[in-house]
Amino acid sequence: MAFNYDKYLRLQKMPTLWCWGCGDGVILKAFVRAIEKLGVSQDDVCVVSGIGCSGRFSSYVDFNTIHTTHGRTVAYATGVKLARPDKLVVCVAGDGDALAIGGNHTIHGCRRNIDMTMIIINNFIYGLTNSQTSPTTPKGMWTVSQKAGNIDPTFDTCKLAIAAGASFVARESMIDPKKLEKAILKAMQHKGFSMMEVLSNCHINLGRKNKMVSAMENLEWIDNITVSKKKYDTMTPEEQLNLLPTGILKQDTEADEYCEMYAEIQKVHQGQRKTITQDDFAKKI
Amino acid sequence: MATREIISTGNQLAAIAAVDAGCKFFGGYPITPSSEVMHEMSDLLPKIGGTAIQMEDEIAGICATIGAAMAGDRALTATSGPGVSLKAENLGLAQMAEVPLVLVNVMRGGPSTGLPTRVSQGDILQSKNPSHGDYKSITLCAGSLAECYTETVRAFNLADRFMQPVIVLLDETIGHMHGKADIPTAEDVKAGIVPRKRFDGPAEEYFPYGVGDDEPAVLNPMFEGYRYHFTGLHHDKNGFPTEEIETCRKLIQRLEDKVAMHEDELESYEEFMMDDAEIMIVAYGSVSLAAKEAIRHLREDGIKAGLFRPITIWPSPAKKIKEHTDKINKVLVVELNIGQYHSEIQRAASRLDIEGLFKVNGRPISPYEIVNKVKEL
Repeated sequence: MAFNYDKYLRLQKMPTLWCWGCGDGVILKAFVRAIEKLGVSQDDVCVVSGIGCSGRFSSYVDFNTIHTTHGRTVAYATGVKLARPDKLVVCVAGDGDALAIGGNHTIHGCRRNIDMTMIIINNFIYGLTNSQTSPTTPKGMWTVSQKAGNIDPTFDTCKLAIAAGASFVARESMIDPKKLEKAILKAMQHKGFSMMEVLSNCHINLGRKNKMVSAMENLEWIDNITVSKKKYDTMTPEEQLNLLPTGILKQDTEADEYCEMYAEIQKVHQGQRKTITQDDFAKKI
Repeated sequence: MATREIISTGNQLAAIAAVDAGCKFFGGYPITPSSEVMHEMSDLLPKIGGTAIQMEDEIAGICATIGAAMAGDRALTATSGPGVSLKAENLGLAQMAEVPLVLVNVMRGGPSTGLPTRVSQGDILQSKNPSHGDYKSITLCAGSLAECYTETVRAFNLADRFMQPVIVLLDETIGHMHGKADIPTAEDVKAGIVPRKRFDGPAEEYFPYGVGDDEPAVLNPMFEGYRYHFTGLHHDKNGFPTEEIETCRKLIQRLEDKVAMHEDELESYEEFMMDDAEIMIVAYGSVSLAAKEAIRHLREDGIKAGLFRPITIWPSPAKKIKEHTDKINKVLVVELNIGQYHSEIQRAASRLDIEGLFKVNGRPISPYEIVNKVKEL
């Protein structure tokens, strides 16, 4: 039986404002399919988005939805999650949203390991505002703010998330929607902060000036810069240089989750346990 | 109404008030001179099953607070002027999406880092329009230790009534003042809680922003079967982004009118020895304490001075101010800034001959400075 997307979409908001051939729609579909597999009620899900093309994600899906200010998804979501720890909270942000203006909230969400999933749609550019350099724009590419060629070093979203303490970190592209759906499902099933980077195309505002004028050419480029983690791990550093590994890059099921730890704080104040001390933690610093 | 006596500080009283008023969430960031509000909340909230979190920055502090309020909790954040500057954009989102919360601002010297440990009332105009765009702020100003408590309680009830952020201004002097306060009992406060309106009909008939022209949005807590959308964009009755001309106009006009057409519910002021006053002193916050002392001395010298103390600063009690300034010739505004509320008194009075006594060196104004200024008038 064909998947019933209508159940999860706000049909009155269709068509989306995304350009023809944009990867965001594929990611949205993979996301709702993963939600269906998760078997959670729509009433128990909160989707929080920021500003940019990805910011519109929240208005198209039929959950409890918040379209926040630029970069602040994780900060808003932290308030929602701490207020209702039993609910599923998912952030959807772009590369500029999550890694530039919202970088601080992203790394501290990872550090706290609060139970939520952050989907970063990385299309390597500021799409909605017409081609400015983002923290993931490859060096040497043309952007409207660096017409002479981008000289800014890039962030590796997943390395950043791992270093900052996220307990689940994965990367996929939207080229294989089935794989993506599985990865998003695993991210949502994981207890703790799950960073799900999804590489996507923007042939309009990245590709057009960088020799990838069609969606297909842009996707071919993404295909060429990605390789499965399994294969990546067998490569020499020279071979790895301009490649991004895909798949689950980190999963730590032992890490303390923040809402559960806060419940311990509540117990201390309610006289149900002794004060938390260094002895309670194997890793203290 | 029964009262109880508490020996505490202004900052702690604001925190105790929040919890008594049903606050379940605090999100903040350390900043002098308001940090004690967070310290107190981090003890009080977990005790009752609530959450107090120190976020990574001021912006995250208010964002988390808004998130908890969207989920349905009464929520508080506290900061000082520099923190309000950082929170401003998201205060704007809370205005636009009509999310109720309370922000306590313990004022210190500005601009910029200014005088972190010193008193000021420099955030009066900031509290009127912290964010860009049109909306109508509600700002209350505590003039005593007891009011740190009562005004915080009132702020929570007003936030839920008008569905928007409410700012409570303390200043460093009041916030750090330690003493006895007669405050209402927690039971009385609890009995007086007016929770936000909610819609209980079928979900398909729920339009969170489909309300009357002077009414606030009706926002049900999340996760209760009414799935809707929050956004800082112009939005329609469902909360979805729109650029439809008339919808945009009506939304912004409603944000103004939901407050402007109900100012009688907000008006609050104190008149001290005003019955026979020939000189009116206008002061608020900690300065009003010095003003009262000054008035007692002036009265001993046969000078009939009185105090008008606005408690709801924004919207200002403009009608009452005009009533007084139409009758009283000599009006003196005393404040710890260079005339931020003075200009509002000029506007309300429609007079340009309003006198001012201003101080911006981080030190309080003494009663004698006020006495001397009045004698010069």
